[in-house]
Amino acid sequence: MKTQEKKVIILWKLFKATFLLSAFTFGGGFVIVSLFKKKFVEEFKWLDEDEMLDITAIAQSSPGPIPINASVILGYRMAGILGSLTAILGTALPPMIIISVISHFYTQFRSNRIIAIALQVMRAGVAAVIFDVVINLGKNVMKARRMLYILLMIGAFVAAVVFDVSAMLIILGCLFVGIADLLINLKRTKKEGQV
Amino acid sequence: MPLLLKLFFSFIQVGLFSVGGGYAAIPLIQNQIVYTHHLMTLEEFTDLITIAEMTPGPISINSATFVGTRLAGIPGAVLCTIGCILPSFCICLVLGYFYYKYRSFSGVQTVLSALRPAVVALIASAGLSILLLGLFQAEKSAVVLSDFRVVEFVLFLGALFILRKYKASAISIIFGTGVVGTIIYLITGAPL
Repeated sequence: MKTQEKKVIILWKLFKATFLLSAFTFGGGFVIVSLFKKKFVEEFKWLDEDEMLDITAIAQSSPGPIPINASVILGYRMAGILGSLTAILGTALPPMIIISVISHFYTQFRSNRIIAIALQVMRAGVAAVIFDVVINLGKNVMKARRMLYILLMIGAFVAAVVFDVSAMLIILGCLFVGIADLLINLKRTKKEGQV
Repeated sequence: MPLLLKLFFSFIQVGLFSVGGGYAAIPLIQNQIVYTHHLMTLEEFTDLITIAEMTPGPISINSATFVGTRLAGIPGAVLCTIGCILPSFCICLVLGYFYYKYRSFSGVQTVLSALRPAVVALIASAGLSILLLGLFQAEKSAVVLSDFRVVEFVLFLGALFILRKYKASAISIIFGTGVVGTIIYLITGAPL
């Protein structure tokens, strides 16, 4: 009984959080992922930071909308398939409600000055939230004190910003670096084992 | 094929073949809705993209709801959205299952560790794009320095300061900048 009660609480918290975050997410998939990180890692402490980054990498590399992909895995982690469905519902409902309302009077919406101003200035807030999350994440990459990871971070940033390399390709590239790193490690431990 | 079913299968394809998020889905939706099934004119579709970009939420969900509502009311909106989500749900559930099954293996950890710095960089790059949109109202390739917007810059710095110092919640920050910024623009009457 008690565990069931706990599960209901988790599902409700999951729904509430994904619903609210999704309602305020302007911009692409990485925006909502940084909001997820702030909520589920920093506030709820449900996941650790590495886990959230892994989920982001998987969500980015899978077909479909990134926020939905991330919700599926996040929900699954918290409460199995039911959790997945709950998180999807929370993420998908706000845009559905907003769009079905707007689709009836979208010409008025598009030309409304106050809405245009609010949408423009909110970008400053969204950018601030992302930078806040990035500062925390970047600090931890630096703290690991491994040159390879710092170089990967800088390289990936330059590739994305300066050369417009797609996120998919960047993740794939780093995946290969990771596999190479693993193979080198294995070889080294094998050698040490023989000595 | 009945309209609802056609819509449903169209959006399953959109969900299945749009890899890499938002903007990757636009040509796919255009192809399905405008060219293959002639459910919308190109002009309507352009309106749809404008609105999808102005409103919160993933572009493909926004488009699914918009197309569904306009062509078949609420049932259409629900069915299109489910179609768009269904591939994600199946694929990510499987990936999530394997991730949690194998993630504690040290070899898997080594490989994942190389991905994480890249994800941090990609989030930073998304943040930079939004910041430039906020400060210059332009994509990074089209930034004109004289378009610099002081109000948004001050809002950004203020919001970042509050976030770092008081650990404010994301939603209160985004909502707060929206309210404060709108009031400033309305009082000063500055052009947008």
